[in-house]
Amino acid sequence: MAAVEVKPPVLAIGPLAWVRKHLFSTWYNIALTLLAVWLLSILLGPAVQWATTEARWGVIEANLTLFMIGQYPRDQIGRVWLTIFILAGLIGLSWGVWKNAARGFALIALSAGMAFILIALFFGWDVWDEWLLAEAILLSFYFIGRYLPRGALIATLAWLLYFPLVFLLIAGTRYIATLPPVDSSLWGGLLLTLLLTVVGNFGALPLGILLALGRRSKLPVIRYFSIGYIELIRGVPLITILYTASVLLTLFLPINIRPELVIRAMIGFIIFEAAYQAENVRGGLQAIDRGQYEAAHALGLNGTQTTVFIILPQALRAVIPALFNSFISLFKDTSLVAIIGLFDIVRVARSILAQPEWLGTHREVFLFAFVIYWTFNLAFTYGSSRMEEALGVGKR
Amino acid sequence: MNETNNTQEIIICRDVHKWFDHFHVLKGISLTVQKGEVIVIFGPSGSGKSTFIRCLNRLEEHQKGQIIVDGKELGNDVRNVETVRQEVGMVFQQFNLFPHLTVIQNITLAPFWVKRVPKEQSRELAMQLLRRVGIPEQADKYPAQLSGGQQQRVAIARALAMQPRIMLFDEPTSALDPEMIKEVLDVMVELAKTGMTIVAVTHEMGFARAVANRMIFFDKGEIVEQGTPHQIFNNPQSDRTKLFLSQILRH
Repeated sequence: MAAVEVKPPVLAIGPLAWVRKHLFSTWYNIALTLLAVWLLSILLGPAVQWATTEARWGVIEANLTLFMIGQYPRDQIGRVWLTIFILAGLIGLSWGVWKNAARGFALIALSAGMAFILIALFFGWDVWDEWLLAEAILLSFYFIGRYLPRGALIATLAWLLYFPLVFLLIAGTRYIATLPPVDSSLWGGLLLTLLLTVVGNFGALPLGILLALGRRSKLPVIRYFSIGYIELIRGVPLITILYTASVLLTLFLPINIRPELVIRAMIGFIIFEAAYQAENVRGGLQAIDRGQYEAAHALGLNGTQTTVFIILPQALRAVIPALFNSFISLFKDTSLVAIIGLFDIVRVARSILAQPEWLGTHREVFLFAFVIYWTFNLAFTYGSSRMEEALGVGKR
Repeated sequence: MNETNNTQEIIICRDVHKWFDHFHVLKGISLTVQKGEVIVIFGPSGSGKSTFIRCLNRLEEHQKGQIIVDGKELGNDVRNVETVRQEVGMVFQQFNLFPHLTVIQNITLAPFWVKRVPKEQSRELAMQLLRRVGIPEQADKYPAQLSGGQQQRVAIARALAMQPRIMLFDEPTSALDPEMIKEVLDVMVELAKTGMTIVAVTHEMGFARAVANRMIFFDKGEIVEQGTPHQIFNNPQSDRTKLFLSQILRH
């Protein structure tokens, strides 16, 4: 019998069809839609009216640099741009090397850069050419990445080098004349928030992996230490750890080592985040089939080789969603450093409110802080879910 | 220590016992395997045959008795265990390929890291083995992209890449669809004919008839009977062997 090919049924598509199907399909659906529109207009109407007529958005424009970098010396601002340019290059390189896995982040970066150019041109700010340069760097490194031999290795190394390099650029050193030291109490705004997020997360990940492995160790000393650490840290709020780090850390350290407040906060975040990353990674380790260990042992691989080449790559890949979830959590939690006296976005916002010419602009300022956090998280979420898709997380 | 080289006895088990908690799973197994011998172990499920074969490379630890593989006694000496594992290849029922690595990476990983075979050379060896098991064109795919039979053939190539002196097969065809069993058995038969020492737990009686030197019937943690395939199939001595053979050969 000849097989008859049946075409899939034709479905109505397009925005109009969507609207009809989801909003106006039945009489009660129509009623609900109208009710919702009416409620929204009551709730949002005044807000929209305020935003378009009363709000003094000038406060944002006047303090934009403060929001971005805090009190970082304005004559050293080129160093911040340099970290952005290198980041653009790295994102482009990763896109070229890893294709789909990094494409989400690259597209986000490209469109964000484009948006900044347009905004800057619209308001007549003079930063549009810097963003254009960043876009150009991103695209050129994309092409370099596509044809680079051993690209994966180079890109990995470059990312690993990037973090210490950023630190060097921002903090400066007295050994390089063009990079004079900038006191960490001057770091602030979005710059500080991002530094804390990145250092906290990437510092905590190796520690978290070790703790997760330790928790499954056959040696009781290591196992109980790991369990003790994880449960102790998870049992107290982040703010107490930050206070401890800012006030008590100096008690435990030798007398001649007095890390600056920012560094102490970073250590606090690493200590805190490691416990959570450890539990994330442990979830991945537990998902690995026993047959994987047996196959590795049967081939003669020793314990370390089995862990490094067979178990960890699979475990980490399985928990990418959880790791990104922690990343986003920590990004928001950095706002707590305002309490111990660091000038992150939230603290900058409060300091702006103290400026005599901008008294009473709470709504504008906090709405802007809200938008910054939200935009960044949206970008992280989009980039990471594209990455998960490309790596086939949860599909295998 | 060098008794194996003189006598050609490559595996010696003396009165091996093992317990899972209070369950006595191996009750005094004694068995000697000559170099180049092909041994087929069969028996009902739960008889301890898989546990026994897994003791031979210490994936399971025996608690009493002696196991000597290629002159090295398996015990608490980690170095002996590691040496033995390098000389003994194993193929599992569930293949246990590494899903995050390509076929070629699966095969070259252990030679490169354990035996320090240079990258180029281990790659060449891997391609040679893939040709031998008939799937050189799959080298750069991931295990999940292959059929069960192909995966098991990659697993065999992976074990052979360490150039083992002994191969252990733990029910290598039990997880395969019927049409794929033959392609795996063909590779095993070819391997047996090269003179490799093989210990296989399997119910593939055709394989046993074709290449086994000796068949061993396991039941309730003991060796009930052993003999050549001819003896076992045509003149089994024990009632338990007869009953089991009648059950698996009925169809």
